[in-house]
Amino acid sequence: MTNSKGRFGIHGGQYIPETLMNAVQELETAYGHYKDDPDFQAELTGLLNDYAGRPSRLYFAGKVTADLGGAKVYLKREDLNHTGAHKINNVLGQALLAKKMGKTRLIAETGAGQHGVATATAAALMGMECVVFMGEEDTKRQALNVYRMRLLGAEVIPVTTGTGTLKDACSAAFREWTNRIADTHYCLGSVMGPHPFPTMVRDFQSVISREIKAQLMEKEGRLPDAVIACVGGGSNAIGAFYHFIGDPSVRLIGCEAAGRGVDTAETAATIATGRLGIFHGMKSYFCQDEYGQIAPVYSISAGLDYPGIGPEHAHLHDTGRAEYVPVTDEEAVEAFEYLSRMEGIIPAIESAHAVAYARKLAPAMGRDQIIVVNISGRGDKDCAAIARYRGEDLHE
Amino acid sequence: MSNIAKAFANGKAFIPFVTCGDPDLETTAKAVRAMAGAGADLIELGIPFSDPTAEGPVIQAANVRALSAGATTDKIFDLVRDLRRDVTVPMVFMTYANVVFSYGSEKFIAACAEIGIDGLILPDIPYEEKDEFDPICKRYGVDLISMVAPTSKDRIATVAKEASGFIYVVSSLGVTGVRSEITTDIGAMVRLIRASSSLPCAVGFGISTPEQAKKMAGLSDGAIVGSAIVRLLAQYGREAVPHVAEYVKSMKDAVRQA
Repeated sequence: MTNSKGRFGIHGGQYIPETLMNAVQELETAYGHYKDDPDFQAELTGLLNDYAGRPSRLYFAGKVTADLGGAKVYLKREDLNHTGAHKINNVLGQALLAKKMGKTRLIAETGAGQHGVATATAAALMGMECVVFMGEEDTKRQALNVYRMRLLGAEVIPVTTGTGTLKDACSAAFREWTNRIADTHYCLGSVMGPHPFPTMVRDFQSVISREIKAQLMEKEGRLPDAVIACVGGGSNAIGAFYHFIGDPSVRLIGCEAAGRGVDTAETAATIATGRLGIFHGMKSYFCQDEYGQIAPVYSISAGLDYPGIGPEHAHLHDTGRAEYVPVTDEEAVEAFEYLSRMEGIIPAIESAHAVAYARKLAPAMGRDQIIVVNISGRGDKDCAAIARYRGEDLHE
Repeated sequence: MSNIAKAFANGKAFIPFVTCGDPDLETTAKAVRAMAGAGADLIELGIPFSDPTAEGPVIQAANVRALSAGATTDKIFDLVRDLRRDVTVPMVFMTYANVVFSYGSEKFIAACAEIGIDGLILPDIPYEEKDEFDPICKRYGVDLISMVAPTSKDRIATVAKEASGFIYVVSSLGVTGVRSEITTDIGAMVRLIRASSSLPCAVGFGISTPEQAKKMAGLSDGAIVGSAIVRLLAQYGREAVPHVAEYVKSMKDAVRQA
């Protein structure tokens, strides 16, 4: 692949229509310039700290630790960020970059609505126009977030094509970007899509692992033994993993949404059930049929309900540096309830997938060992859906 | 002379597109024969994909209809084998990278050569990623068609220099679909292509009327029409063939005057 850029092993690349090539190259050039620009970085750090509330806390979950009876469990509290999830880290970076590039309009895809809310928030803050594409199915699952986006001044466009979920929202955003490039930046929400998105989004999210490393060093004077995060496209996971990739003693564990189980068709676990393919601008692993038709995946979590995984994760899987494990809806819902009762922290149903695996792993580890679980977002948005899962219909 | 070059050997070319298997493969076979009979110079056969990100609503819906009706890559290969018993017009496949890659790129392209497909259009493969497929295409004598877009600017020369078959000039920003007006300076794009390549170029995206086809073919070597034909198939279903033939004839008559 002589001309191909943005490769992670065999994964990544820029598989997009010619119409978008100049736009991604312009973005690549701008990002290459500003990522090393001290003024840009100072401005971004100012926003992350004063506006978004960073650094987020690293909290020792004492009751969970005692209950599980094994490794010490720490929670990285990305749920405490402004807008309630890690998504704001990336969005503030991209919105600031887009503004420097002279763009006046942000478009975004969203699954659970957290990335859409973060993009709408940054657009309001920076005085930019904002359009968010959201699968129609997800607008129903996440009605509160639809209202939040509209309240923040964004236009929310329900996407009815395909399965009406995250992948379709993403396709719709790509189509809109092809249609209107000059004034518009596509604020992609995960470590996926064509280069430079997987690298750029990872850099903006890597603040998570940089902080974990420093915070744990201060509290425990050592590295963790395992870092656990949920994986859809994989932005919170790569953010939590990144500064530990060079520390081989730290196990990196990504939790995929298994939905009703990896042995059913109703799953979104890409590493467990997918194979190599080319889609949404990248080569990576995708859930697909024998003819390469992208599978209609399923998870209770709208944010993990995506048939692919970011190319850097695909590479970390190939090399064995990171492990990817499936977690079912039922396990995630139990973990959602468990963390709420045990620590008074309601995690996003996405993050609950990571909590669920920590519940399995911690008891098998020694008391002198340490697990960090990335709580990528807060669970308020999920309460109605989880209540429904438990057979209770909430009316507000 | 490659088979695709023959499509441009008799004046301006008219290039229709259909999605294979919409509404079913039997209708596609009849439509292709009818289009060839009505004067089509080259026929684009779409292999449906679940998530066609370069398509507008009309062709997206055709992809859904075709997949729901059971069209698969292997059944489409059989369709082309059957067509090649009597259809001599050059034919190319238009599909997405994953359809080819997941089938096995070499196996797919070898099959193209074997069944009589002359070229391959993959809208999600830009110049930078063409090495994924182009060396295999060259080995089997299948032309990987390059696209240039209104945003290509300095890239036009780079793309055109290494192109093969013909050059697909994307008329407008956005996805496929009928447009009331094409505002891009197509003449300027074609001049830039001509400076770097002697290949024929045909304009597609947004063309539906004979007037538009005549104008676009006048500025280039041919006109490509997809959504307007797919709309006839959506409207008339299995009864669409005479409507498609009549439409193709009117469009070919228009480009003849260009």
